[in-house]
Amino acid sequence: MSCYQKLGQAPVLPFHRKVEKLMENYRIDPNKGLEFGLYTLGDHLPDPATGERISAQQRIHEIIELAKMAEAAGIDFFSVGESHQDYFVTQAHSVVLSAIAQATEKIKIASSSTIISTLDPVRVYEDFATLDLISNGRAEIIAGRASRVGNFDLLGYDLHDYEELYEEKFDLLRKINAEEVVNWSGQFRAPLKNARVLPRPQNGSMPIWRAVGGTPASAIKAGYAGVGMFMAHLGGPVSVFRRTVDAYREAAQHSGFDPAELPVATAGFFYAAETSQQALRDMYPHINEGMKRTNGQGFPKQHFAQGVDKHNVMNIGSPQEIIEKILYQHEQFGHQRYIAQMDFGGMPIDKLKKNIDLIGTEILPAIKKYTSGAEG
Amino acid sequence: MKVVGLSGSIVGSKTRTAMDYAVKTASEKYPEAEVTLIDLAEYDIPFSDGRNYLEYEDDAGYVTQTLMEADAILIGTPIFQASIPATLKNIFDLLPDSAFRDKVVSMFVTAGSSKHYLIAEQQLKPILTYMKAQIVQTYVFMEEQDFYRKKIINEDVLFRIERLVEDTVVLTETYKRIQEEKEATYDF
Repeated sequence: MSCYQKLGQAPVLPFHRKVEKLMENYRIDPNKGLEFGLYTLGDHLPDPATGERISAQQRIHEIIELAKMAEAAGIDFFSVGESHQDYFVTQAHSVVLSAIAQATEKIKIASSSTIISTLDPVRVYEDFATLDLISNGRAEIIAGRASRVGNFDLLGYDLHDYEELYEEKFDLLRKINAEEVVNWSGQFRAPLKNARVLPRPQNGSMPIWRAVGGTPASAIKAGYAGVGMFMAHLGGPVSVFRRTVDAYREAAQHSGFDPAELPVATAGFFYAAETSQQALRDMYPHINEGMKRTNGQGFPKQHFAQGVDKHNVMNIGSPQEIIEKILYQHEQFGHQRYIAQMDFGGMPIDKLKKNIDLIGTEILPAIKKYTSGAEG
Repeated sequence: MKVVGLSGSIVGSKTRTAMDYAVKTASEKYPEAEVTLIDLAEYDIPFSDGRNYLEYEDDAGYVTQTLMEADAILIGTPIFQASIPATLKNIFDLLPDSAFRDKVVSMFVTAGSSKHYLIAEQQLKPILTYMKAQIVQTYVFMEEQDFYRKKIINEDVLFRIERLVEDTVVLTETYKRIQEEKEATYDF
Protein backbone atom coordinates (compact mmCIF):
# COMPACT_ATOMS: atom_id res chain seq x y z
CA MET A 1 0.00 0.00 0.00
CA SER A 2 2.10 2.89 1.17
CA CYS A 3 5.79 2.83 0.60
CA TYR A 4 6.25 2.80 4.35
CA GLN A 5 4.43 -0.49 4.67
CA LYS A 6 6.29 -2.06 1.82
CA LEU A 7 9.57 -1.09 3.33
CA GLY A 8 8.38 -2.11 6.74
CA GLN A 9 7.98 -5.62 5.48
CA ALA A 10 11.28 -5.71 3.71
CA PRO A 11 13.76 -8.03 5.32
CA VAL A 12 16.40 -5.49 6.16
CA LEU A 13 18.95 -5.64 8.59
CA PRO A 14 21.01 -7.64 10.80
CA PHE A 15 20.48 -5.05 13.51
CA HIS A 16 16.78 -5.66 13.29
CA ARG A 17 17.03 -8.82 15.31
CA LYS A 18 18.66 -7.15 18.25
CA VAL A 19 16.79 -3.90 18.35
CA GLU A 20 17.03 -3.49 22.08
CA LYS A 21 20.82 -3.35 21.94
CA LEU A 22 21.19 -0.88 19.09
CA MET A 23 22.38 2.05 21.16
CA GLU A 24 24.89 -0.25 22.78
CA ASN A 25 26.16 -1.30 19.35
CA TYR A 26 26.87 2.36 18.76
CA ARG A 27 28.82 2.36 22.02
CA ILE A 28 26.63 5.14 23.34
CA ASP A 29 25.36 5.32 26.89
CA PRO A 30 22.66 8.00 26.98
CA ASN A 31 22.91 8.09 30.77
CA LYS A 32 26.28 9.69 30.43
CA GLY A 33 24.73 12.67 28.72
CA LEU A 34 25.14 14.26 25.34
CA GLU A 35 28.44 13.33 23.73
CA PHE A 36 30.50 16.24 22.44
CA GLY A 37 32.78 15.86 19.45
CA LEU A 38 34.86 17.79 16.94
CA TYR A 39 35.03 17.20 13.23
CA THR A 40 37.17 18.51 10.45
CA LEU A 41 36.56 18.29 6.74
CA GLY A 42 40.31 18.45 6.32
CA ASP A 43 40.04 21.71 4.41
CA HIS A 44 43.28 23.45 3.57
CA LEU A 45 42.52 27.13 3.11
CA PRO A 46 44.37 30.37 3.65
CA ASP A 47 43.81 32.34 6.85
CA PRO A 48 41.86 35.36 5.52
CA ALA A 49 43.54 37.63 8.07
CA THR A 50 46.96 37.05 6.53
CA GLY A 51 46.18 35.50 3.15
CA GLU A 52 48.75 32.84 4.03
CA ARG A 53 48.17 29.13 3.82
CA ILE A 54 50.14 26.69 5.95
CA SER A 55 51.66 23.69 4.17
CA ALA A 56 49.65 20.51 3.68
CA GLN A 57 52.10 18.78 5.97
CA GLN A 58 51.58 21.31 8.75
CA ARG A 59 47.80 21.17 8.33
CA ILE A 60 47.79 17.39 8.74
CA HIS A 61 50.00 17.64 11.81
CA GLU A 62 47.72 20.29 13.25
CA ILE A 63 44.68 18.06 12.71
CA ILE A 64 46.43 15.30 14.68
CA GLU A 65 47.35 17.88 17.32
CA LEU A 66 43.75 19.06 17.46
CA ALA A 67 42.61 15.51 18.21
CA LYS A 68 45.14 15.25 21.03
CA MET A 69 44.03 18.57 22.49
CA ALA A 70 40.39 17.48 22.21
CA GLU A 71 41.13 14.30 24.13
CA ALA A 72 42.99 16.21 26.83
CA ALA A 73 39.98 18.52 27.25
CA GLY A 74 37.65 15.56 27.78
CA ILE A 75 35.95 15.77 24.37
CA ASP A 76 34.32 12.44 23.45
CA PHE A 77 34.77 12.20 19.72
CA PHE A 78 36.92 13.36 16.80
CA SER A 79 36.34 12.78 13.10
CA VAL A 80 37.98 13.55 9.78
CA GLY A 81 36.35 13.79 6.36
CA GLU A 82 37.47 13.12 2.79
CA SER A 83 36.97 15.61 -0.04
CA HIS A 84 38.62 15.06 -3.39
CA GLN A 85 39.00 18.62 -4.57
CA ASP A 86 41.22 21.65 -4.32
CA TYR A 87 41.70 23.19 -0.86
CA PHE A 88 41.43 19.87 0.99
CA VAL A 89 44.14 17.72 2.45
CA THR A 90 42.65 14.60 4.10
CA GLN A 91 41.60 12.64 1.03
CA ALA A 92 43.33 9.65 2.68
CA HIS A 93 41.29 10.26 5.82
CA SER A 94 41.68 6.73 7.19
CA VAL A 95 45.46 7.19 7.16
CA VAL A 96 45.13 10.44 9.12
CA LEU A 97 42.75 8.70 11.53
CA SER A 98 45.29 5.97 11.99
CA ALA A 99 47.87 8.51 13.15
CA ILE A 100 45.25 9.97 15.50
CA ALA A 101 44.46 6.52 16.85
CA GLN A 102 48.10 6.08 17.76
CA ALA A 103 48.43 9.56 19.27
CA THR A 104 45.37 9.26 21.52
CA GLU A 105 43.96 6.84 24.08
CA LYS A 106 40.35 7.50 24.92
CA ILE A 107 38.68 9.67 22.33
CA LYS A 108 36.35 7.99 19.82
CA ILE A 109 37.51 8.43 16.23
CA ALA A 110 35.58 8.33 12.99
CA SER A 111 35.29 9.46 9.41
CA SER A 112 33.02 12.39 8.57
CA SER A 113 32.46 11.23 6.13
CA THR A 114 33.77 8.30 4.15
CA ILE A 115 32.48 8.59 0.60
CA ILE A 116 31.50 4.97 0.31
CA SER A 117 30.01 5.49 -3.18
CA THR A 118 33.40 5.66 -4.82
CA LEU A 119 35.27 3.24 -2.57
CA ASP A 120 35.25 -0.50 -2.19
CA PRO A 121 33.31 -1.37 0.98
CA VAL A 122 35.57 -4.36 1.57
CA ARG A 123 38.68 -2.19 1.66
CA VAL A 124 36.94 0.46 3.74
CA TYR A 125 35.92 -2.17 6.26
CA GLU A 126 39.42 -3.65 6.37
CA ASP A 127 40.87 -0.19 7.00
CA PHE A 128 38.40 0.81 9.69
CA ALA A 129 38.43 -2.59 11.43
CA THR A 130 42.21 -2.21 11.59
CA LEU A 131 41.73 1.30 12.93
CA ASP A 132 39.41 -0.13 15.55
CA LEU A 133 42.12 -2.58 16.63
CA ILE A 134 44.85 0.07 16.68
CA SER A 135 42.62 2.35 18.77
CA ASN A 136 41.42 -0.46 21.04
CA GLY A 137 37.80 -0.25 20.02
CA ARG A 138 37.32 3.46 19.36
CA ALA A 139 36.70 3.58 15.59
CA GLU A 140 33.44 4.31 13.78
CA ILE A 141 32.46 4.80 10.14
CA ILE A 142 30.21 7.62 8.98
CA ALA A 143 29.41 6.96 5.33
CA GLY A 144 28.20 9.69 3.00
CA ARG A 145 27.36 10.32 -0.62
CA ALA A 146 29.58 13.35 -1.28
CA SER A 147 28.25 16.85 -1.68
CA ARG A 148 30.86 17.45 -4.37
CA VAL A 149 31.50 15.08 -7.21
CA GLY A 150 35.18 15.40 -8.06
CA ASN A 151 35.80 11.94 -6.60
CA PHE A 152 33.57 10.34 -9.25
CA ASP A 153 35.85 11.43 -12.11
CA LEU A 154 39.01 10.92 -10.10
CA LEU A 155 38.16 7.39 -9.00
CA GLY A 156 36.44 6.34 -12.20
CA TYR A 157 32.73 6.30 -11.39
CA ASP A 158 29.74 7.59 -13.32
CA LEU A 159 27.85 10.40 -11.67
CA HIS A 160 24.64 9.00 -13.14
CA ASP A 161 24.93 6.18 -10.61
CA TYR A 162 25.23 8.65 -7.70
CA GLU A 163 22.31 7.27 -5.67
CA GLU A 164 22.58 3.60 -6.52
CA LEU A 165 26.34 3.51 -5.91
CA TYR A 166 25.77 4.82 -2.43
CA GLU A 167 22.83 2.63 -1.50
CA GLU A 168 24.40 -0.57 -2.79
CA LYS A 169 27.81 0.02 -1.25
CA PHE A 170 26.43 1.27 2.03
CA ASP A 171 24.28 -1.87 2.32
CA LEU A 172 27.30 -4.03 1.59
CA LEU A 173 29.36 -2.20 4.19
CA ARG A 174 26.70 -2.88 6.80
CA LYS A 175 26.42 -6.51 5.73
CA ILE A 176 30.16 -6.97 6.17
CA ASN A 177 29.82 -5.44 9.61
CA ALA A 178 27.05 -7.82 10.59
CA GLU A 179 28.24 -11.07 9.02
CA GLU A 180 31.62 -12.69 9.36
CA VAL A 181 31.07 -14.74 6.21
CA VAL A 182 29.59 -12.69 3.42
CA ASN A 183 27.71 -13.85 0.35
CA TRP A 184 26.72 -10.95 -1.82
CA SER A 185 26.30 -9.83 -5.37
CA GLY A 186 25.49 -6.42 -6.79
CA GLN A 187 25.90 -4.08 -9.70
CA PHE A 188 29.04 -2.16 -8.85
CA ARG A 189 31.42 -4.70 -7.44
CA ALA A 190 32.48 -8.29 -8.05
CA PRO A 191 30.35 -10.76 -6.05
CA LEU A 192 31.52 -12.08 -2.71
CA LYS A 193 31.33 -15.82 -2.11
CA ASN A 194 31.84 -17.04 1.44
CA ALA A 195 34.11 -14.07 1.86
CA ARG A 196 35.66 -13.39 5.23
CA VAL A 197 36.51 -9.72 5.55
CA LEU A 198 39.35 -9.45 8.05
CA PRO A 199 40.44 -8.31 10.52
CA ARG A 200 37.27 -8.04 12.56
CA PRO A 201 36.85 -5.01 14.84
CA GLN A 202 37.61 -5.46 18.52
CA ASN A 203 34.07 -6.49 19.44
CA GLY A 204 33.19 -8.18 16.17
CA SER A 205 31.35 -5.20 14.72
CA MET A 206 31.63 -1.43 14.80
CA PRO A 207 29.31 1.60 14.66
CA ILE A 208 28.30 2.60 11.15
CA TRP A 209 26.33 5.79 10.57
CA ARG A 210 24.63 7.29 7.57
CA ALA A 211 25.73 10.84 6.82
CA VAL A 212 22.77 13.09 6.01
CA GLY A 213 23.03 16.57 4.57
CA GLY A 214 20.18 18.10 6.53
CA THR A 215 17.17 17.49 4.28
CA PRO A 216 14.56 14.88 5.18
CA ALA A 217 15.06 12.90 1.93
CA SER A 218 18.26 11.20 3.01
CA ALA A 219 17.23 11.09 6.67
CA ILE A 220 14.22 8.99 5.77
CA LYS A 221 16.48 6.42 4.10
CA ALA A 222 18.58 6.21 7.25
CA GLY A 223 15.38 5.69 9.24
CA TYR A 224 14.06 2.94 6.97
CA ALA A 225 17.34 1.09 7.32
CA GLY A 226 17.48 1.53 11.08
CA VAL A 227 20.93 3.00 10.95
CA GLY A 228 22.33 5.81 13.11
CA MET A 229 22.04 9.25 11.54
CA PHE A 230 24.84 11.80 11.39
CA MET A 231 23.15 15.05 10.34
CA ALA A 232 25.28 17.92 9.14
CA HIS A 233 23.84 21.42 9.14
CA LEU A 234 25.50 24.67 8.23
CA GLY A 235 23.04 27.16 9.60
CA GLY A 236 19.35 27.82 9.81
CA PRO A 237 16.47 27.43 12.22
CA VAL A 238 16.54 24.54 14.68
CA SER A 239 12.89 23.93 13.77
CA VAL A 240 13.82 23.08 10.18
CA PHE A 241 16.38 20.46 11.23
CA ARG A 242 13.94 19.17 13.81
CA ARG A 243 11.72 18.16 10.88
CA THR A 244 14.59 16.12 9.49
CA VAL A 245 15.14 14.36 12.81
CA ASP A 246 11.41 13.70 13.15
CA ALA A 247 11.25 12.31 9.60
CA TYR A 248 14.15 9.99 10.45
CA ARG A 249 12.50 8.63 13.56
CA GLU A 250 9.13 8.28 11.88
CA ALA A 251 10.68 6.30 9.02
CA ALA A 252 12.51 4.09 11.52
CA GLN A 253 9.29 3.41 13.35
CA HIS A 254 7.54 2.45 10.13
CA SER A 255 10.32 -0.01 9.41
CA GLY A 256 9.84 -1.66 12.76
CA PHE A 257 12.69 -0.08 14.69
CA ASP A 258 12.45 1.58 18.04
CA PRO A 259 13.47 5.21 17.38
CA ALA A 260 14.56 5.56 20.99
CA GLU A 261 17.27 3.00 20.27
CA LEU A 262 18.61 4.79 17.20
CA PRO A 263 21.32 7.36 17.77
CA VAL A 264 21.29 10.80 16.18
CA ALA A 265 24.38 12.96 15.87
CA THR A 266 24.28 16.57 14.69
CA ALA A 267 27.22 18.45 13.26
CA GLY A 268 27.78 22.10 12.43
CA PHE A 269 29.71 25.33 12.85
CA PHE A 270 30.98 26.13 16.30
CA TYR A 271 32.97 29.01 17.73
CA ALA A 272 33.22 30.25 21.29
CA ALA A 273 34.72 33.55 22.46
CA GLU A 274 34.28 35.88 25.42
CA THR A 275 31.31 37.57 23.77
CA SER A 276 29.07 36.63 20.87
CA GLN A 277 30.24 39.72 19.01
CA GLN A 278 33.83 38.57 19.34
CA ALA A 279 32.88 35.09 18.19
CA LEU A 280 31.16 36.47 15.08
CA ARG A 281 34.12 38.73 14.37
CA ASP A 282 36.65 35.92 14.74
CA MET A 283 34.80 33.36 12.72
CA TYR A 284 32.96 35.17 9.93
CA PRO A 285 35.88 35.83 7.58
CA HIS A 286 36.94 32.17 7.76
CA ILE A 287 33.47 30.87 6.92
CA ASN A 288 32.77 33.47 4.26
CA GLU A 289 36.09 33.28 2.43
CA GLY A 290 36.34 29.52 2.87
CA MET A 291 32.90 28.90 1.41
CA LYS A 292 33.60 31.21 -1.49
CA ARG A 293 36.59 29.09 -2.38
CA THR A 294 35.12 25.66 -1.77
CA ASN A 295 31.47 26.22 -2.77
CA GLY A 296 31.60 29.29 -4.96
CA GLN A 297 29.36 31.40 -2.72
CA GLY A 298 30.06 33.22 0.52
CA PHE A 299 27.95 33.15 3.67
CA PRO A 300 25.60 36.19 3.91
CA LYS A 301 26.35 38.37 6.95
CA GLN A 302 22.68 38.72 7.66
CA HIS A 303 22.33 34.96 8.09
CA PHE A 304 25.52 34.73 10.08
CA ALA A 305 24.38 37.47 12.46
CA GLN A 306 21.21 35.46 13.13
CA GLY A 307 23.41 32.48 13.96
CA VAL A 308 23.87 33.61 17.54
CA ASP A 309 20.16 33.37 18.24
CA LYS A 310 19.12 30.45 20.39
CA HIS A 311 16.80 29.16 17.66
CA ASN A 312 19.59 28.89 15.08
CA VAL A 313 21.65 25.70 14.88
CA MET A 314 25.03 27.41 14.54
CA ASN A 315 26.78 27.20 17.88
CA ILE A 316 28.53 30.53 17.83
CA GLY A 317 28.70 32.86 20.82
CA SER A 318 29.93 33.14 24.39
CA PRO A 319 30.33 29.88 26.31
CA GLN A 320 27.13 30.53 28.23
CA GLU A 321 25.17 31.25 25.05
CA ILE A 322 26.54 28.11 23.44
CA ILE A 323 25.59 26.01 26.44
CA GLU A 324 22.05 27.33 26.21
CA LYS A 325 21.96 26.71 22.47
CA ILE A 326 23.22 23.15 22.73
CA LEU A 327 20.78 22.36 25.53
CA TYR A 328 17.94 23.82 23.48
CA GLN A 329 19.00 21.70 20.51
CA HIS A 330 19.17 18.67 22.77
CA GLU A 331 15.64 19.36 23.95
CA GLN A 332 14.46 19.70 20.34
CA PHE A 333 16.43 16.93 18.66
CA GLY A 334 16.89 14.46 21.51
CA HIS A 335 20.25 13.65 19.94
CA GLN A 336 23.04 11.64 21.53
CA ARG A 337 26.04 13.43 20.09
CA TYR A 338 26.87 16.93 18.95
CA ILE A 339 29.91 17.42 16.74
CA ALA A 340 31.47 20.86 16.34
CA GLN A 341 33.26 22.16 13.26
CA MET A 342 35.52 25.04 14.22
CA ASP A 343 38.62 24.68 12.07
CA PHE A 344 37.16 25.61 8.69
CA GLY A 345 38.67 28.28 6.48
CA GLY A 346 42.23 28.48 7.80
CA MET A 347 41.40 29.08 11.47
CA PRO A 348 44.76 29.40 13.23
CA ILE A 349 45.67 26.70 15.73
CA ASP A 350 46.00 29.09 18.69
CA LYS A 351 42.36 30.11 18.28
CA LEU A 352 41.35 26.45 18.08
CA LYS A 353 43.31 25.78 21.25
CA LYS A 354 41.44 28.59 22.99
CA ASN A 355 38.13 27.13 21.87
CA ILE A 356 39.07 23.71 23.12
CA ASP A 357 39.99 25.24 26.48
CA LEU A 358 36.58 26.90 26.69
CA ILE A 359 34.87 23.65 25.75
CA GLY A 360 36.83 21.68 28.34
CA THR A 361 36.49 24.11 31.22
CA GLU A 362 33.06 25.65 30.70
CA ILE A 363 30.91 24.15 27.97
CA LEU A 364 31.44 20.43 28.38
CA PRO A 365 30.93 20.26 32.17
CA ALA A 366 27.66 22.19 31.89
CA ILE A 367 26.36 20.08 29.04
CA LYS A 368 27.20 16.83 30.79
CA LYS A 369 25.65 18.09 33.99
CA TYR A 370 22.34 18.99 32.38
CA THR A 371 22.03 16.05 29.99
CA SER A 372 23.39 13.09 31.92
CA GLY A 373 20.79 10.85 33.45
CA ALA A 374 18.36 12.33 30.95
CA GLU A 375 16.48 10.07 28.62
CA GLY A 376 18.13 9.39 25.30
CA MET B 1 30.48 46.70 -11.84
CA LYS B 2 30.20 43.49 -13.83
CA VAL B 3 27.22 43.34 -16.17
CA VAL B 4 26.44 40.16 -18.09
CA GLY B 5 23.93 39.97 -20.92
CA LEU B 6 22.57 36.46 -21.38
CA SER B 7 20.86 35.60 -24.64
CA GLY B 8 18.91 32.54 -23.58
CA SER B 9 18.11 30.81 -26.85
CA ILE B 10 20.09 28.82 -29.39
CA VAL B 11 17.65 29.43 -32.25
CA GLY B 12 16.24 32.50 -33.93
CA SER B 13 17.69 35.99 -33.99
CA LYS B 14 15.31 38.36 -32.20
CA THR B 15 16.60 37.75 -28.68
CA ARG B 16 20.22 38.05 -29.78
CA THR B 17 19.40 41.25 -31.69
CA ALA B 18 17.70 42.75 -28.65
CA MET B 19 20.60 41.71 -26.40
CA ASP B 20 23.11 43.28 -28.79
CA TYR B 21 21.30 46.58 -28.30
CA ALA B 22 21.08 46.12 -24.55
CA VAL B 23 24.75 45.26 -24.18
CA LYS B 24 25.81 48.07 -26.53
CA THR B 25 23.76 50.55 -24.50
CA ALA B 26 25.31 49.31 -21.27
CA SER B 27 28.88 49.56 -22.60
CA GLU B 28 28.38 53.00 -24.13
CA LYS B 29 26.52 54.61 -21.26
CA TYR B 30 28.63 53.03 -18.52
CA PRO B 31 32.19 52.77 -19.82
CA GLU B 32 33.46 51.98 -16.30
CA ALA B 33 31.31 48.82 -16.22
CA GLU B 34 32.70 45.52 -17.44
CA VAL B 35 30.06 44.28 -19.87
CA THR B 36 29.98 40.73 -21.27
CA LEU B 37 27.51 39.12 -23.64
CA ILE B 38 26.86 35.39 -23.43
CA ASP B 39 24.84 34.05 -26.36
CA LEU B 40 23.95 30.44 -25.58
CA ALA B 41 23.96 29.71 -29.32
CA GLU B 42 27.74 30.04 -29.19
CA TYR B 43 28.28 27.50 -26.42
CA ASP B 44 27.91 23.80 -26.01
CA ILE B 45 26.34 23.25 -22.62
CA PRO B 46 25.21 19.92 -21.15
CA PHE B 47 22.09 19.50 -19.08
CA SER B 48 22.55 20.05 -15.38
CA ASP B 49 23.41 16.88 -13.46
CA GLY B 50 23.18 18.49 -10.06
CA ARG B 51 26.87 19.04 -9.35
CA ASN B 52 28.24 22.26 -7.86
CA TYR B 53 28.77 24.84 -10.59
CA LEU B 54 32.51 25.00 -9.87
CA GLU B 55 32.75 21.40 -11.03
CA TYR B 56 31.58 22.04 -14.59
CA GLU B 57 34.30 22.40 -17.14
CA ASP B 58 34.58 23.97 -20.58
CA ASP B 59 31.61 26.05 -21.78
CA ALA B 60 29.35 25.23 -18.84
CA GLY B 61 32.14 26.18 -16.44
CA TYR B 62 32.74 29.48 -18.24
CA VAL B 63 29.07 30.44 -18.48
CA THR B 64 28.19 29.56 -14.88
CA GLN B 65 31.25 31.24 -13.42
CA THR B 66 30.75 34.38 -15.50
CA LEU B 67 27.15 34.62 -14.28
CA MET B 68 28.14 33.96 -10.67
CA GLU B 69 30.69 36.77 -10.78
CA ALA B 70 28.22 39.30 -12.22
CA ASP B 71 26.69 42.16 -10.27
CA ALA B 72 23.90 42.61 -12.80
CA ILE B 73 22.45 40.18 -15.34
CA LEU B 74 20.37 41.20 -18.34
CA ILE B 75 18.40 38.12 -19.31
CA GLY B 76 17.15 37.91 -22.88
CA THR B 77 14.59 35.23 -23.61
CA PRO B 78 12.23 34.26 -26.38
CA ILE B 79 8.95 32.54 -25.54
CA PHE B 80 8.63 29.00 -26.85
CA GLN B 81 5.48 26.94 -26.33
CA ALA B 82 4.21 29.49 -23.86
CA SER B 83 7.32 29.34 -21.70
CA ILE B 84 11.01 30.18 -21.52
CA PRO B 85 13.24 27.96 -23.65
CA ALA B 86 14.79 24.86 -22.11
CA THR B 87 18.26 26.25 -22.83
CA LEU B 88 17.63 29.15 -20.45
CA LYS B 89 16.01 26.98 -17.80
CA ASN B 90 19.04 24.71 -17.98
CA ILE B 91 21.30 27.64 -17.08
CA PHE B 92 19.22 28.19 -13.95
CA ASP B 93 19.46 24.48 -13.16
CA LEU B 94 23.25 24.58 -13.49
CA LEU B 95 23.49 27.28 -10.82
CA PRO B 96 23.11 26.98 -7.02
CA ASP B 97 19.79 27.74 -5.26
CA SER B 98 20.69 31.25 -4.23
CA ALA B 99 22.79 32.04 -7.27
CA PHE B 100 21.27 35.51 -7.77
CA ARG B 101 21.60 36.66 -4.16
CA ASP B 102 22.94 40.22 -4.19
CA LYS B 103 22.56 40.46 -7.97
CA VAL B 104 20.18 42.63 -9.94
CA VAL B 105 18.43 40.86 -12.80
CA SER B 106 16.33 42.34 -15.60
CA MET B 107 14.37 40.73 -18.42
CA PHE B 108 14.27 41.36 -22.17
CA VAL B 109 11.54 39.27 -23.73
CA THR B 110 10.86 38.55 -27.38
CA ALA B 111 7.82 36.70 -28.64
CA GLY B 112 5.91 35.82 -31.75
CA SER B 113 2.58 36.76 -30.24
CA SER B 114 1.24 39.40 -27.88
CA LYS B 115 -0.58 36.57 -26.09
CA HIS B 116 2.75 35.74 -24.45
CA TYR B 117 3.06 39.06 -22.69
CA LEU B 118 2.56 37.67 -19.16
CA ILE B 119 4.80 34.62 -19.56
CA ALA B 120 7.83 36.44 -18.15
CA GLU B 121 5.74 37.74 -15.27
CA GLN B 122 4.29 34.36 -14.41
CA GLN B 123 7.09 31.97 -15.26
CA LEU B 124 10.43 33.73 -15.33
CA LYS B 125 10.01 36.04 -12.35
CA PRO B 126 9.17 33.25 -9.88
CA ILE B 127 12.38 31.45 -10.83
CA LEU B 128 14.44 34.60 -10.35
CA THR B 129 12.71 35.23 -7.03
CA TYR B 130 13.44 31.70 -5.86
CA MET B 131 17.07 32.21 -6.78
CA LYS B 132 17.07 35.40 -4.65
CA ALA B 133 17.50 37.97 -7.43
CA GLN B 134 16.83 41.67 -6.96
CA ILE B 135 14.48 41.96 -9.93
CA VAL B 136 13.87 45.06 -11.98
CA GLN B 137 10.10 44.88 -11.95
CA THR B 138 9.40 46.17 -15.44
CA TYR B 139 10.59 44.33 -18.53
CA VAL B 140 10.79 44.97 -22.23
CA PHE B 141 8.43 42.89 -24.35
CA MET B 142 9.20 42.83 -28.07
CA GLU B 143 7.25 41.30 -30.92
CA GLU B 144 7.79 40.19 -34.49
CA GLN B 145 6.80 43.53 -36.01
CA ASP B 146 9.53 45.33 -34.02
CA PHE B 147 12.28 43.51 -35.96
CA TYR B 148 13.38 43.44 -39.55
CA ARG B 149 16.41 41.46 -40.73
CA LYS B 150 18.20 41.38 -37.39
CA LYS B 151 17.52 45.02 -36.63
CA ILE B 152 15.07 46.66 -34.29
CA ILE B 153 12.95 48.96 -36.41
CA ASN B 154 10.62 50.22 -33.73
CA GLU B 155 12.25 53.29 -32.17
CA ASP B 156 10.06 52.95 -29.13
CA VAL B 157 11.53 49.53 -28.38
CA LEU B 158 15.01 51.03 -28.45
CA PHE B 159 13.97 53.60 -25.87
CA ARG B 160 12.47 50.89 -23.71
CA ILE B 161 15.66 48.85 -23.88
CA GLU B 162 17.68 51.92 -22.99
CA ARG B 163 15.46 52.67 -20.00
CA LEU B 164 15.62 49.08 -18.73
CA VAL B 165 19.42 49.02 -18.98
CA GLU B 166 19.54 52.32 -17.10
CA ASP B 167 17.17 51.04 -14.43
CA THR B 168 19.24 47.89 -14.05
CA VAL B 169 22.45 49.83 -13.51
CA VAL B 170 20.85 52.36 -11.17
CA LEU B 171 19.29 49.59 -9.12
CA THR B 172 22.60 47.72 -8.99
CA GLU B 173 24.42 50.80 -7.71
CA THR B 174 21.66 51.54 -5.22
CA TYR B 175 21.49 47.96 -4.00
CA LYS B 176 25.25 47.89 -3.53
CA ARG B 177 25.05 51.02 -1.35
CA ILE B 178 22.19 49.62 0.70
CA GLN B 179 24.09 46.41 1.17
CA GLU B 180 27.27 48.20 2.24
CA GLU B 181 25.35 50.27 4.76
CA LYS B 182 23.64 47.19 6.12
CA GLU B 183 26.86 45.20 6.38
CA ALA B 184 28.57 48.08 8.17
CA THR B 185 26.03 47.81 10.99
CA TYR B 186 27.11 44.28 11.83
CA ASP B 187 30.48 45.05 13.35
CA PHE B 188 32.02 41.73 12.33
